[in-house]
Parts: sequence; C-alpha cells; structure tokens
Amino acid sequence: MHNFFSIFEYAFMRRALIAGTVVALCAALLGVSLVLRRYAMIGDGLSHVAFGAVSVATALHLSPLWVAIPVVMLAAVLLLAAGEREGKRGDASVAMLSTASLAIGVLAMAGKSTDVYSYMFGSILAVRTEEMWLCLLLGAGVLVFFLLFRDRILSLTFDEGFARATGQRIGGVRLALALFTAVTVVLGMRLMGTLLISALVLFPAMSAMRICRRFGHVLTAAGIISAVCFIVGLCVSYAFDLAPGATVVAANLAVYALLSLVRR
Amino acid sequence: MALFTVQNLSLAYEGRHVIDKLSFTVEQGDYLCIVGENGSGKSTLLRGLLGMISPTAGRILRGDGLGRRDMGYLPQQTKQQRDFPASVEEVVRTGCLNRAALLPAPDTRSKVEQNLRRLGIDDLRRRPYAHLSGGQQQRVLLARALCAAEKLLLLDEPTAGLDPMASTELYRLIDSLHREGLTVIMVTHDIPHAMEYATHILHLGTGSHWFGTAQTYGKSDRGFTGGDRHA
Repeated sequence: MHNFFSIFEYAFMRRALIAGTVVALCAALLGVSLVLRRYAMIGDGLSHVAFGAVSVATALHLSPLWVAIPVVMLAAVLLLAAGEREGKRGDASVAMLSTASLAIGVLAMAGKSTDVYSYMFGSILAVRTEEMWLCLLLGAGVLVFFLLFRDRILSLTFDEGFARATGQRIGGVRLALALFTAVTVVLGMRLMGTLLISALVLFPAMSAMRICRRFGHVLTAAGIISAVCFIVGLCVSYAFDLAPGATVVAANLAVYALLSLVRR
Repeated sequence: MALFTVQNLSLAYEGRHVIDKLSFTVEQGDYLCIVGENGSGKSTLLRGLLGMISPTAGRILRGDGLGRRDMGYLPQQTKQQRDFPASVEEVVRTGCLNRAALLPAPDTRSKVEQNLRRLGIDDLRRRPYAHLSGGQQQRVLLARALCAAEKLLLLDEPTAGLDPMASTELYRLIDSLHREGLTVIMVTHDIPHAMEYATHILHLGTGSHWFGTAQTYGKSDRGFTGGDRHA
C-alpha cells in the first residue's frame, strides 16, 4: 500500500481526480433525466460506440478523442431519436449498435499491443492535460445548463407529451442533454472503463431517488453522491492498485445499498 | 368564428385509420364531452385538436386566434409519472414554460400561486407529487394545464382510475372552471357525468359519429344505449 498522502504528489493523480470528479458530477446530473425517461441503457450503448471509435482512430493514427466525440454525439442523437420513434424497439437499436461497435473496436485493435483490460475497466493513468481541460469545460457547460434550464429539463423528463402539446420549446433541451451525455461518456470512458462508465449515469440517480422526493433535491443529491463516490473510489483504487472504474462503481453500489435500507 | 371547426376529418394512429369523415364545431364557452368505445379514436382526436398529429384527410380550423399556447392539456397519466420525484410546485411550474422565452416568465410564481389556490391545493405545494392520492395528482396536473392556458382545456379521461368520490369532486371542479368561462373539451367513459355537465356531446362510433347538444343526446338512440351500458 502506498503512503496515502503521496496521492496528490503525482500530476497524473491530480488530473484523474479533477477530471473524474467533474465527469462523475455531469454523469449524475444527466443520469437523473435519462433514468426517469427510461433511457438508462443509453450510457452503456454510447460507451461501446466510444470504444469502437477510439480503437479505429488509434489504428488509423488519428486523435482518439477528436474522432470519438463527434461519432458518439451522432450516436446519442440517433439513439434518443430512435427511442422516441420506435418506443420499446429502441432497446434493440441500442443493443445492436453497442455490440457492433465493440466488435469493430476489438478487430481494429487486433495485433496492437494495446491493453484491452485498461480500456474495459479503466486506467488511472489515462487522463492527459488536454482531457482534463475538456472535462472542466464540460462541467461548466453542464452546470450552467442545469441551473438555467432546470424547469425545462423537468418538463421534458416528467411529461414530454404535455410539453409539446402546449407549445414549449424543449427540442433544444432534449438535444443538449443527448450531446452532453455523449461528451461525458467519451471523457469518462478512459478513466472509468468502457464497461463501467454507464454506472456513473445510473447509480447516483438511483441512490438520490431513494432519499429525495423533489426534482431539484434529486439533482443535487445525485451530484454530491457521485462526486464523493468518485473521490473515495479513486483513492481506494490508488491505495490498493485496483482498476479505478471498478472501485468507483463499488463505492456507488455501497451507497445505493445503504440508502435502500432507509425507509421512504 | 368557432374555436374549432372540424370538417370531414380523418386521423390515423400508428398507421391505422381510427377516425373517418368527422365534422363538428366547438364554440367559446362550450363544454364538449367526447365519448365512445375503446379504440374509437377519442385520444387520437384530442391529439389532432392539439396539433400533435396531422389529419390524413379533411381539416381542423382554429378560430379566434387560437394558438398552441392557448391550450391547456391534461394527458392520461403514465405509471412512471405517478412515482415521479418532484414536488407539487415543481410540477405546476412546468405549465408556465410555454410562455417562457429562454428563461422562465417573470410572472411564473404568481401564476403558480393563483392556480394552486384556484384548485384548492395550495397547502400541498411542498408535498412530493408521488405521495398524493390519484385525485390530488389530477388536481396538480389540472393546475399545470391552467398555467399553460387560460381559455381552453383539453382533458383526456381525467377521472380514469379515481374512486367515485374523487371523480365526482373532479367533475364539480371542472364544472366550476367551465362556469368561470373556460372552454372544456373532455374525453370520458362516464356518460352519466358527461350528460350532467356537458353542453355538447360527440359520440365516436366505428361506422358513424353523433354530434349535438347534451339534451338531444339523451333522447337519441346513442345516448340511451350508451347510458344503459355504463349504468
């Protein structure tokens, strides 16, 4: 076990801590609306698309980040639109897109020395300075968006039919939620892992809904739970040399289990 | 001019024709109940009037400068809405968003206040929506609809799933809103209540439709069979 305080001596740890906390916060806020709109599997689908895009970009010697962000944004818009149009069948589109992307990603990586394990379950070393700044930019964007448009996000989430019938402008909110989710998944994927990033969308929202009954409170609680779980998870992962994605998810699972015992 | 003039209207739901050759009018101050069997297209018609779906034939003319932002809507509640984590006040606020430019309209707070009081639920404002009874939840959604529009209310089976007491109360409440001058268009299965409060009835049938005043409906064959079936 390392000396605990040495954690902040390394630049890579500071980057991981800052970037990861911001991404965890964003994922939690976006997750509340996604979970309540029954789009919980979108995060999972998008992370697989991101994996495929990153692998292909690496194989072609392109910048993984700048290929993955637009590709995943496109996938997010398509999937959320398909879900709306086809109802339950949107489910199948998500599953097909995510498994196909995974397969393409694995094929693109064939013969490379890339460590697939770190892609799947996350790596503490993965956050570069460029990504950290992008995370901070994303975090600022998501926070401002939720502060200004909380009512509209609630309206879209609670009753899209009413919102559209009465002439509310919610198309932009819907699109922004999809795009923010895409960027969050891409930026969080390397740290959390392809298979585990979607947990950041699900767990904090589910935990917050165990204890909060107001929309504003659910958002706040989800954000706090997610940020705290990330910080704790990352420290544990550093101390015991474990995959960060797994320890962060374990922390979230523990909080959810604990809150499930609370009587509503 | 009438609020709605519907001429030879045909509407489809998920690719299936549900309404054919329908004509009727709704004047300001009317209380129209739309009745008919399941699958006769009552909710589809409501969506057509709201402009959410377009006619496959015929037309819906809106009069008196009636726009989408003048129509309050009470949709059927879904199961996930019943457990939704939001307070009464938060839900009602979302009704004011159709007048919002980028940020909420400045009179949002007073509007919410006014409609909560109007529906007798201002003491519930901080309560979680999920903890309310079915009747109280419908009042909240009605308050939200009133925040969206002052003149016209479209209600899709507002008493579905309510116990008889709560239904009767909700009908009285809607009646008092009608007396205040609101135009009401309501889809319902409850023909006795429809005939008690409505000024006009539209009966959607698979082959033909019936439209007229509530009094003449009572004397018609439709009214008799309809009333009999639900008695």
